[in-house]
Amino acid sequence: MFDAFDFDVIQRSWVYLFQTGMAFTLKLTLFAMIGGIVLGTLLAMMRLASNPLLSRAATAYVNFIRAIPLVLVIFWFYFLVPYIGAWLIGADQPIAVGAFTSSLVTFILFEAAYYCEIMRAGIQSIPRGQVWAGQALGMNYWQTMSYIVLPQAFRNMLPVLLTQTIVLFQDVSLVYVLSITDFVGAASKVAHRDGRLVEMYLFVALVYFVMCFGLSQLVKRLNRKVAVIR
Amino acid sequence: MNYNWNWPILMETSVDGTGTYLDSLLWGLWWTVGTSLLAWAIALLLGGVIGTLRSLPGRVATIGNAYVELFRNIPLLVQMFLWYFVVPELLPESLGHWLKTLPNSSFVTAVLALGFYTSSRVAVQVTSGIFALPRGQRMAGTALGLTLPQTYRYVILPQALRIVIPPLTNEFVNVVKNSAVALTIGLMELTASARSMQEFTFQVFEAFTVATLLYLALNMIVVRLMRYIERRTAVPGLIAVGGLSAGGK
Repeated sequence: MFDAFDFDVIQRSWVYLFQTGMAFTLKLTLFAMIGGIVLGTLLAMMRLASNPLLSRAATAYVNFIRAIPLVLVIFWFYFLVPYIGAWLIGADQPIAVGAFTSSLVTFILFEAAYYCEIMRAGIQSIPRGQVWAGQALGMNYWQTMSYIVLPQAFRNMLPVLLTQTIVLFQDVSLVYVLSITDFVGAASKVAHRDGRLVEMYLFVALVYFVMCFGLSQLVKRLNRKVAVIR
Repeated sequence: MNYNWNWPILMETSVDGTGTYLDSLLWGLWWTVGTSLLAWAIALLLGGVIGTLRSLPGRVATIGNAYVELFRNIPLLVQMFLWYFVVPELLPESLGHWLKTLPNSSFVTAVLALGFYTSSRVAVQVTSGIFALPRGQRMAGTALGLTLPQTYRYVILPQALRIVIPPLTNEFVNVVKNSAVALTIGLMELTASARSMQEFTFQVFEAFTVATLLYLALNMIVVRLMRYIERRTAVPGLIAVGGLSAGGK
């Protein structure tokens, strides 16, 4: 069946695929994860705040982002970020923003909505007595959060946060719509140049499968470890 | 922000001359709805079957698990490419040629890709729904002398398929959102129409605002619809129906 296919194309291009494409994908995934978790945790704290203005604003943001497709959000920010940048530095023309920065901002703002829901569940799963204990020790809100509640919430939610990161890793492939050279983008450039679509896309699918399956197995093992102690 | 807003652009005749720009956005909406509904039908059917297989004792569960892992660990975009570019080449030549020359080949591929992708997620929900039932239900079936297929048909599935409806709402919403990925294989759905309007008119934010509002509306309809189905099919006697404090009925 594979007689007519030329799998040499992978051997010829794998340095480009991984050094340019996969490096971009991994870098974007890592930074978006860090930014997304930080912003998501802040959003979760806002959602749980007693101030109705804060909690309503955060809820509205999260529900809004979760209702529209990522592809549309990518387009929105691709055009919006130059204007926001101009507004921030007070320029009167939209500024030029690189592909990486633009997509990083997009993914942080988008994934924060999903990380927020995870962190909210994590914070809500902590017994209220923990907060009271902090207050009894004379800690203020930020101290109680950063020394008592959040460390436990993170620990409990670590497997779910990592699973969401695997989803993020797959979602990053959608920057393809901006013709950015991520892993899929790099593969598709080589595929179209050499007319080897079948071989290239099968290879891309295989690489994603191996990485995501491997990571999800690790998360499963971690899940068992975290679960035992509780 | 010095951006030139120009809302009347929506009422101007679009480049392809078939109607206004608003018309072409609404056409995109229909493609989104059509793709999502057909893919959702495939996903429910396959997901129900695979999810049931995964809960069975023995080797069939392994096949179900392999299916789920396969479709869950490859990005949807790559799966779209596989269905669009790769599958026709691997099929026998005449069949592959027929697929490639279909009038709406990107629509057909998008439905298949989205349907199979979502089916793996539905399967996971169905399996956890089956395992969420008390063990006694299965034992009761056995005690009544029902065979395993009968236990599933009369005892387990009628309950499990109803208690998974709330988590399936989420997946239904996801199908609608994920259908936007089909623009990469040339389907003119809602996001793609907004994108092409932006390319022809340079009115970025008008095009995307309308698309966003349409997605929000779709989302609301899906959630309402699923809530309605959820109420109509709720299993009597569960907390979900009467609430924690309701008296026994």
